[in-house]
Amino acid sequence: METITSIKPLLAVLVSLLIIPLVVVSSRSPNVRESWTFVAAVAKFLIVLSMLPVILKGTEIVYTVVQFMPGAAIKFRVDALGMLFALVSSSLWIITSAYSIGYMRGLKEHGQTRYFCFFAICLSATIGAAFSANLLTLYLFYEILSLATYPLVTHHQDLEARSSGRKYLLYVVGASIGLVLPAMLICYNLAGTLEFSKNGILAGTAASPSLLFILLFMFVFGFAKSAIMPMHSWLPAAMVAPTPVSALLHAVAVVKVGVFSIIRILTGVFGIQLLSSSHLGIAVCCVAAFTILVGSFIALSQDGLKRLLAFSTIAQLSYIVLGVALLSPKGMTGGMLHIAMHAFGKITLFFCAGAIFVATGKKNISEMIGIGRRMPVTMAAFFIASLSIIGVPPCGGFISKWYLALGTLQAHQIGFLVVLLFSSLLNAAYFIPITYKAFFCRPEDAMFENKVQEAPAFCVVPLVITATISVILLFYPQPFLRLARMMVQSITGA
Amino acid sequence: MNEQYPALLVIVPLLSALVISVAGWVNKRLCFPIAVAALSVSAWSSVGLLFRVLNEGAIVYKLGGWPPPMGIAYYIDYLNGLVLPVVSIVALLNLISSKKIVEQQFPDKAGPFYTLYVLMVTGLLGIVVTGDAFNLYVLLEIASLTGYGLLAMGEERAPLATLNYLYMGTIGACFYLLGIGYLYIVTGSLNMVDIARLLPPLYQSKAVLAAFIICMVGMWLKMAFFPLHAWLPNAYTYANSASSGLIAPLMTKVMVYVMIRLILTVFTPAFVFSTLAVSHYIVWLACIAIVIGAVLALKERNLKKMLTYIVVAEVGYMVGGAWLGNRAGLTGAVLHIVNDALMTLCVFLVVGNIVYKVKGYAFADLKGLFSKMPFTMGAFVIGALSIIGVPPTCGFFSKWYLILGAIQAHQYGFMVALLFSSLINVVLFFRVFEIGFYEPFSDHEGHEHHPAVMAEAPLTMLVPLYVVAISLILVGLYTGDIVNHIVQFVIPKGFM
Repeated sequence: METITSIKPLLAVLVSLLIIPLVVVSSRSPNVRESWTFVAAVAKFLIVLSMLPVILKGTEIVYTVVQFMPGAAIKFRVDALGMLFALVSSSLWIITSAYSIGYMRGLKEHGQTRYFCFFAICLSATIGAAFSANLLTLYLFYEILSLATYPLVTHHQDLEARSSGRKYLLYVVGASIGLVLPAMLICYNLAGTLEFSKNGILAGTAASPSLLFILLFMFVFGFAKSAIMPMHSWLPAAMVAPTPVSALLHAVAVVKVGVFSIIRILTGVFGIQLLSSSHLGIAVCCVAAFTILVGSFIALSQDGLKRLLAFSTIAQLSYIVLGVALLSPKGMTGGMLHIAMHAFGKITLFFCAGAIFVATGKKNISEMIGIGRRMPVTMAAFFIASLSIIGVPPCGGFISKWYLALGTLQAHQIGFLVVLLFSSLLNAAYFIPITYKAFFCRPEDAMFENKVQEAPAFCVVPLVITATISVILLFYPQPFLRLARMMVQSITGA
Repeated sequence: MNEQYPALLVIVPLLSALVISVAGWVNKRLCFPIAVAALSVSAWSSVGLLFRVLNEGAIVYKLGGWPPPMGIAYYIDYLNGLVLPVVSIVALLNLISSKKIVEQQFPDKAGPFYTLYVLMVTGLLGIVVTGDAFNLYVLLEIASLTGYGLLAMGEERAPLATLNYLYMGTIGACFYLLGIGYLYIVTGSLNMVDIARLLPPLYQSKAVLAAFIICMVGMWLKMAFFPLHAWLPNAYTYANSASSGLIAPLMTKVMVYVMIRLILTVFTPAFVFSTLAVSHYIVWLACIAIVIGAVLALKERNLKKMLTYIVVAEVGYMVGGAWLGNRAGLTGAVLHIVNDALMTLCVFLVVGNIVYKVKGYAFADLKGLFSKMPFTMGAFVIGALSIIGVPPTCGFFSKWYLILGAIQAHQYGFMVALLFSSLINVVLFFRVFEIGFYEPFSDHEGHEHHPAVMAEAPLTMLVPLYVVAISLILVGLYTGDIVNHIVQFVIPKGFM
């Protein structure tokens, strides 16, 4: 694999940190302050984008910041998977920033300067995690992301926020210190390095099968951001955050850093040969399949729209883990592709939930009967995005589900195919009634007047954009599909 | 000038202590600048010494030109070359921060305070720099006696708490003296390198064993290693924040340094880890120290006292790391001397700022502090993250080496204790953050919030605080260099 050295990955990480002093200084004039966020978001996206052609040519970009000891450094390596994730999160940050303005100003929230500052830190950490070349760097950004999200989750500073914040810390920080840190050190002691490699650093070490099993699950559960059951219950609790936070962080950046970390563990630390020869891949698949089914079932019974979306996210995250843990090329492609497809769909759904809250103050599905009359654009976008999550055309979600299904066949795991299909039915069962009741209810049941009154344009335009992208991704899934394929190719060597 | 750094380091503060006490009679405003000047010279010399050691290797400085073992030799190698700048810089930063505290709390006692302060730093630097076991005792007493004086200047309960410390501390110092006496009897020498040269044939001697045990117990008493820690929390809590800001970061760390020095230079690792085979038990004791320290900290409803129990737990980190008896563990322990001095200073400076503005350090006094003192609290967050062990702060990296050492020594209990303490630290600090961040609770759904009236500490307190806070991150990022260029030479070659 050809590599070039460039400082661009570091710049992509730092650019959003650099604007923080400017955000603080201009806190008196909100328009100037938010323009800094846009400057950072666009700059970050452009830096990431500028690396795309190089990556598509099959070259990797590396940059070492500091070397602590042999095999452990703060080091960036941009590969196809990292690029895929970075593209998704940096592009969605631009859209979310616009949405944040509409939402935060629409609700006259306090502490907006703090909000935008920590949002910027979160995005730095996300990109840092995406470009990490080794487990230590990944851990570093993972922890920064956990801590920087805390003030966003607890933004309202009330009792409910405090208890959610506690839960969030307990699961996310507790698991990373209690499980990932020792597992990482044991790995380092075994392999003498933490650098991700194509064949896995644990392959060929003297680790016994039982130690490998313990290590794997210390990682899988330790990266609690991926919300694999039983480490999931922080995610519904974190829905107390302002909706843009839930949208970008708890549907895209934070949770996918968790899943992304697990992918790195599976492919870069253990390596697919080791996983398939020791049958550990199947063990991870089973945990993921359990999470998919249970998450979808719980989502069925939710009335709070954001909580429903949270449980839906829990299930969808495990699709990604399942796909990669199948270890078949198609399944891995599907899993990685799902990072992007799910992101655009789910962020739209959250944007819609937030727009409804801004416009009407409603949070529960039972209070949204007939809302299609009042907010037709929002609900149309909601419908499209929910189709993407269910995985039917004309939305991008179809492609990733298609690959996932093919992956199960390729791995000869019909059981998981059944799980995937059944879960899609469940998805339909909890999403379709919302849209149906929003548009097609009897006039006397409708809770809203037949008069169009949407949320502010800053809220509506972003969700229309993301819904449109969801559709476009079906017809033009590049560059995401190509990146996922390249990554799988480089791992499997096929 | 260059050649005289080891002497300057100690002599300048010693003499200026006398000058300050006289100046206190003439004009109290002169004391502070003289103290700053004296400690600046010390800091400058110690950094100069470190660079000399990096360039030339270990330095032997014969005080007054008398050759050892008759005269006193100052012996500077990679270990104290690293610790000296830490001691002098921490003391200097806290001194700058203490100006306002002294002006607010005991303006009439400025003369005695700065005299004791500078004398104590003299003692601490002397302990670190000396290569003579008896000279070390003398300097230890200088540092301790002045320390008692400094700690007793505080709240109503401070003198009593300090008296308790005085009893325990004196016993500890006497133990050390007794141990050195035994060594003198069997070897006839007080020079550390000389003792180490004479000891190997005597490794089986009961007297050497007794000397070692007595010295260790003495040091454990002075560093508040569990179960000999009981004097520390009250003594540090009730003292004024200028004194506790000096003593909490440095006293225990310097004692850990002495312990490591005794293990590495005087008794040599061959004796300690091979002949004695007790390290296993001491690591377990360290585990208990860490866990008990964490649990006792959890019980406190008072920021300063909570921090003192964290100090007790951190002592367990270093003792355990040193006694793991492998390269990674010792690297972690030595690194942690540096890191823990800095992070303890950081959080104690924060307490100083809070006490200065809010006049209290109970949890109830911390309400709304993130809006009142955002800069102080910002630094507190960095200090807390370092104590928790979040990368890229330095606390993470010493913990890294300690855990690695524990894994390599198959001391999984120590690994669990370290992780447990990290998790408890998360709880401890986020509990404080919660009070500062949420309380007082607003009645409305968080949309109209407590009006933020900033009442930040003065710049002379904020600047040292931020120097430390930023150094926590820088030291973390440069851990690789510190280990590669300094710490790895501390540990004898061939020692795995």
